Amino acid sequence: MEKKDNATLSANDIQAAAVLEKPESQLLEMWRTLLENKAAVLGLVIIVFLIFIAVFGRFLMPYEPNAADMTNTFAKPSAEHWFGTDQQGRDIFSRVIDGTKISLRVGLSAVAIALSVGTVLGALAGYYGGKIDTIIMRIMDIMLSIPSILLAITFMAALGKGIDKAIIAIGLVSIPEYARIVRGSILSIKENDYVQAAKVIGNKDSVIIFKHILPNVLSSLIVRATLGISMAVLDTAALGFLGLGVQPPYAEWGDMLGRSRGFIFSAPHTLIFPGLAITITVLAFNLLGDGLRDAIDPKSRK
Amino acid sequence: MLLEVKNLTTKFKSKKGTTTAVNQVSFHVNEGEILAIVGESGSGKSVTSLSIMGLTPGEVSGEIIFKGEDLKQKSDKEMQKIRGDKISMIFQEPMTSLNPVHRIKDQLMETILTHMDMNKEEALKRAITMLDLVGIPSPEKRINDYPHQMSGGMRQRVMIAMALSCRPELLIADEPTTALDVTIQAQIMELLYRLRQKFNMAVMLITHDLGVVAESADRVIVMYCGRIVEEAPVIELFETPKHPYTRGLLDSIPKIDEDKDRLFMIDGMVPNPLHMPKGCTFSDRCDKCMDICRQMMPALVTDGNRSVRCFLYHNEVEVSE
Amino acid sequence: MAQETKTSAEGSDEILLSVKHLSKYFAADTNFFGKTTSVLKAVDDLNLDIYKKEALGLVGESGCGKTTIGKMIANLYRPTSGEILYDGKDLTKLTENERRAYCKDIQLIFQDPYASLNPRMTIGDIIAEPIKTNKLLPKDKIEERVTYLLNCVGLANHHRNRFPHEFSGGQRQRVGIARALAVEPKLIVCDEPVSALDVSIQAQVLNLLDDLKDEFGLTYLFIAHGLNVVKHISDRVGVMYLGKLVEIADKHELYNNPQHPYTKALLSAIPNINPRVKKERIILKGDVPSPIDPKDNCRFCSRCYQKLDMCENSPYPSMREVAPKHFVACHLYDE
Repeated sequence: MEKKDNATLSANDIQAAAVLEKPESQLLEMWRTLLENKAAVLGLVIIVFLIFIAVFGRFLMPYEPNAADMTNTFAKPSAEHWFGTDQQGRDIFSRVIDGTKISLRVGLSAVAIALSVGTVLGALAGYYGGKIDTIIMRIMDIMLSIPSILLAITFMAALGKGIDKAIIAIGLVSIPEYARIVRGSILSIKENDYVQAAKVIGNKDSVIIFKHILPNVLSSLIVRATLGISMAVLDTAALGFLGLGVQPPYAEWGDMLGRSRGFIFSAPHTLIFPGLAITITVLAFNLLGDGLRDAIDPKSRK
Repeated sequence: MLLEVKNLTTKFKSKKGTTTAVNQVSFHVNEGEILAIVGESGSGKSVTSLSIMGLTPGEVSGEIIFKGEDLKQKSDKEMQKIRGDKISMIFQEPMTSLNPVHRIKDQLMETILTHMDMNKEEALKRAITMLDLVGIPSPEKRINDYPHQMSGGMRQRVMIAMALSCRPELLIADEPTTALDVTIQAQIMELLYRLRQKFNMAVMLITHDLGVVAESADRVIVMYCGRIVEEAPVIELFETPKHPYTRGLLDSIPKIDEDKDRLFMIDGMVPNPLHMPKGCTFSDRCDKCMDICRQMMPALVTDGNRSVRCFLYHNEVEVSE
Repeated sequence: MAQETKTSAEGSDEILLSVKHLSKYFAADTNFFGKTTSVLKAVDDLNLDIYKKEALGLVGESGCGKTTIGKMIANLYRPTSGEILYDGKDLTKLTENERRAYCKDIQLIFQDPYASLNPRMTIGDIIAEPIKTNKLLPKDKIEERVTYLLNCVGLANHHRNRFPHEFSGGQRQRVGIARALAVEPKLIVCDEPVSALDVSIQAQVLNLLDDLKDEFGLTYLFIAHGLNVVKHISDRVGVMYLGKLVEIADKHELYNNPQHPYTKALLSAIPNINPRVKKERIILKGDVPSPIDPKDNCRFCSRCYQKLDMCENSPYPSMREVAPKHFVACHLYDE
């Protein structure tokens, strides 16, 4: 065999081919596009700020968040108490800061649960198809047909009260969304020749799924997860409002709202500040999520 | 001369730099002839046709003279009138060139009503005649079909019917048979050949398939990296190819009626448009490459009805450029 | 190269892989309860022998089932019925683990060099993956083997750290070939390996495949629609139409002396590269009919120009040997 015949590729050829877009830098490209989106950057800044507060919050709190002062209840916002005090005379500013930690923790943990379980279920359904697919996806459909907060309440009723239970409940109800995304992506990606090639060279299914398929779903999962966190924060607040989430005396935004709802006219500041905290957090994650979605959608890229 | 293209250059700007997809291309199309433009991916053959139609987003310079008028001076509105009426185009993908949500009837009649002074009834009649002409059985029934109800070959026939419904004088066919099966390819080429004789229209056939060219074209232009490298009447081109690229291309195709152990190969590959070699763009793949080839681009030298862009032939005749 | 019992340019007489009554049906439509109401018969009751060290070409138009056969042999599709006999075993009856073990012997080269390489892996990793997966070599030997394989397919060692997108179609196809060679297979199914490439690159890849066949003693099942390409690379050629094999013979016999009306039409449809020769062409009427719920008779009879009265209502014609090793399924050749 004449080696020279087909060994004709020069360094020039390689350089020549280098203009084609590099898929490795997909995440980098996504990041760059994201930075061009002002709203998404705003969301990102807020989220970084919220994380900062969650971590270093206790150094910023002027008061002990759970310390009641029955001599100074319903104080209006002032230099002393920036956000005023609640019905037990606790400093709302400190409590809102303290609540950041819980909200973010619940949001992130719940999404982590939903993401991991949902990915596995979706991958199984999408890759194997047939009966496994039907069984998994029908269960997901049933879960989706019940309003998520109602389902979360049902889980809470079964699991009992408490923050860890809230995380599990909120995580469980958002599993179907991730399962659906992963299943859909796998259905389209598994027909790709390189996935078939991975099969032909003798890879196990688990290797094919985790090494060759899932990395391609990553970007859409990141988007979904970001938006999912805002949903989880909202759900946490809703459960807290209903008294099912974090138990007193710990500060949680939804719980604060729920306990103050009787004073909406007499002491509106007891509701406004935790409410604003929820709104800002949800908004930040939504802005970032929308930005990420635009960034990975090639059609919106210029 | 029906169409004359002079110094056509089309450039595309991107973040990574400017690429010249079509570079100083000049040629003409005579009335009623089939001119084939042959080339591989990146040769600029498709961009040439899109530039003529005014359908490329790139920056076009040069002259495109159709029946004595420069198409480049026309406004968008005037070009719309010419497109589909005087000059028509059919594309490679019969699957995507038809709108899936409209019936064949509506799409055909739309073309006819836009360009011809006809009422709906006459247009419908014309549409049915056209479908019959391109060989669609029971056209009065099939005209009510949606594109997905037809096979690939049928859809390409509908595209041809649409393109020819206004009796254009020039048809630009961009890889009209590439997406089709061999037996269907033969049907479509035969149809194009028959219709061009019937309507005496000129065809610009853009293709990479030298077999199709040998069978149907009158004259051939070979393009490489945005430039014309050779131009010749079809028989001369296939019997005595001059440019090393043309020769290599012809030799590298496995022939059905000969047995060879090894195929001739053109080494390397088409250069990156952003990193063109210095001198002749074919120099680093050429088996006849000389020193001068790496220094400068040879001019297109014309001798009678043949032109070639290669230093091997620069002594034979006087340089015309 | 080891001499087989009766090795010649056309391969030996020893059968490497044998396909018996192989069928693959897909559900074309299902009713409300998920029951299949109409079937697409991609491959229907097909018999085929592949001899050691030969290149068997398989031609046919889109939808004729040639790719489906390749994918069944390469273990990508499970057949609906029938057997694939290899090495005394029926590959269709193996468990998942046993099937994986046979990957070492049967490999596949894909049509689209852009889609068949994982964009996130380097060339070196892509070629090393089959060696690692099948634990063919100790870790410290893999590097050396990858270098050797890169060299075999005409790529340089420094290419190994690059990603697929940095390469042209022809180079990517070389990587796909190196990956297939990595496990030292006996049979390589080449599924349209050059049809996505430019003309000048096609010759490079065809020559490479030819060289590798000799060097490694490979057997090819070469699937393509380009009749000239198939003729160049193959020793024997089979013609398929709508899930059925209609004719199979030595390539010279088939191209010079085609018997089935479809083969004749297919051969006459090839554009001739010589502009002076105007071929007598058999132009088939109509399109390939749908493979969904086909009738039992000859599949080609709706387009056949030599149709007999019996063709419409007789069962599918059986394969007959019209000349030595030249088989045709057509009622014209019934006794």
